[in-house]
Amino acid sequence: MQKFANPALFLKLANAALPWLVAITAALFVAGLYAGLVTSPPDARQGETVRIMYIHVPAASMALFIYVGLAFFSAIAIIFRHPLADAAAKSAAPIGAVYCFLALATGSLWGKPMWGTWWVWDARLTSMFVLMLLYLGYIAVWNSIDDPHRAAAIARVVAIVGVINVPIVKFSVNWWNTLHQPASILKMGGPSIDSSMLWPLFLMALAYTMLFLTLLLIALRSEIATRKLRQIRLTEIGNR
Amino acid sequence: MMRGAAFALIKRDMLLARKQGGGAGAALGFILAVMVLVPLAIGPEQALLQRIAPGMMWLALLLAVLLTSDRMFQQDFEDGSLDVMSMGHLPFELVTLIKALAHWLTVGLPLALITPPLGLLLNIDVYQMPTLWGTMILGSLALSMLASIGGAVTAGLRRGGLLVSLLILPFYVPVLIFGVAAATASLGPTSSTPALIVLSAITLMSVVVAPWASATALKAYLR
Repeated sequence: MQKFANPALFLKLANAALPWLVAITAALFVAGLYAGLVTSPPDARQGETVRIMYIHVPAASMALFIYVGLAFFSAIAIIFRHPLADAAAKSAAPIGAVYCFLALATGSLWGKPMWGTWWVWDARLTSMFVLMLLYLGYIAVWNSIDDPHRAAAIARVVAIVGVINVPIVKFSVNWWNTLHQPASILKMGGPSIDSSMLWPLFLMALAYTMLFLTLLLIALRSEIATRKLRQIRLTEIGNR
Repeated sequence: MMRGAAFALIKRDMLLARKQGGGAGAALGFILAVMVLVPLAIGPEQALLQRIAPGMMWLALLLAVLLTSDRMFQQDFEDGSLDVMSMGHLPFELVTLIKALAHWLTVGLPLALITPPLGLLLNIDVYQMPTLWGTMILGSLALSMLASIGGAVTAGLRRGGLLVSLLILPFYVPVLIFGVAAATASLGPTSSTPALIVLSAITLMSVVVAPWASATALKAYLR
């Protein structure tokens, strides 16, 4: 892993991989959206609104996953002093925040016809909302501290403490209130969802994952460029 | 040697908090202001006030502790005391733990003791008061510990107040939920013991995590 610490090598690899990633992401989205929005059957009770699920569920699970990734990158940065880990965490945060927002927004759109209200203070909605706040706080730390090294060191702490908080919040709001239907894909005894709906969902989950990787690489590339620019400016000032 | 340094530090912080003012006194004023504003905002209906009283009091306590958090390390950071402390005999994690404890003793604990009786203004059920006292004394320790993370993260920022709120409020969610749950359960058919136990667990965990987090964040500023 330390091999990829060299930004030049990383850039070379990223540049080589990006066109492929873009192509795969686009193909997966086309396939997933077509399967989800056109070929998959409407639900017996929910009707056509079930199609929101194909946008909503992958966004929600990716939002959670990316936050864990954020903390993972931060831990790598603390333990191995890996120079790209901080940049990766920084670049992943806005993507995760947008996924989180997407999950909340599509959930709200689904809730209106199904539950009869845009928003209910149920356990899952509340914990997603708190996750969104955690994302915003993390991004705000990067934005409000000027010195990038200092910002990185502090953002690591915020990410790691935040990831400890996520399951606690999840548990507490579960205690507090529950209305959302229980998990139906990852549970004991296999998924309780029909395979005609599971396949599009699976495709969309893959598409979201690849989109995340693509965007992460692009963001990392520009992050490295920003660092170089900063270095060049600093040496220019030093030479003056 | 270490014990002496620890006691000296906690004495210093408590003395500073007392002499400089702006600690529990101003925060108490804030809580009183909230108590007045709540009925004005939602109407003076007694039954409604009684129902929301524990939640509102927890909210007032939580915001009051939060408001005092951005000064927890800032002054010592600006005048260089923190630099000295980071090079002293005490491990820096212990320094942040002690400073958070001093904050609890001067802000969190007094407020936790005073707030439940103020609930009479919101027509609180007096049978809730003992539980409320218990949860607030216990929970305010967690509030102070978590506030120290926010104070540490924003120690070097000129305007950290809003950032502290955004950062720390998500961490206050579990404390708030179980604090209010225990108080509510003390009236109903269910027992408030489970909520109290979970609240204790959250408090203990915050005592473990917060000093490390604050120390790591502060070191980034001190380097």
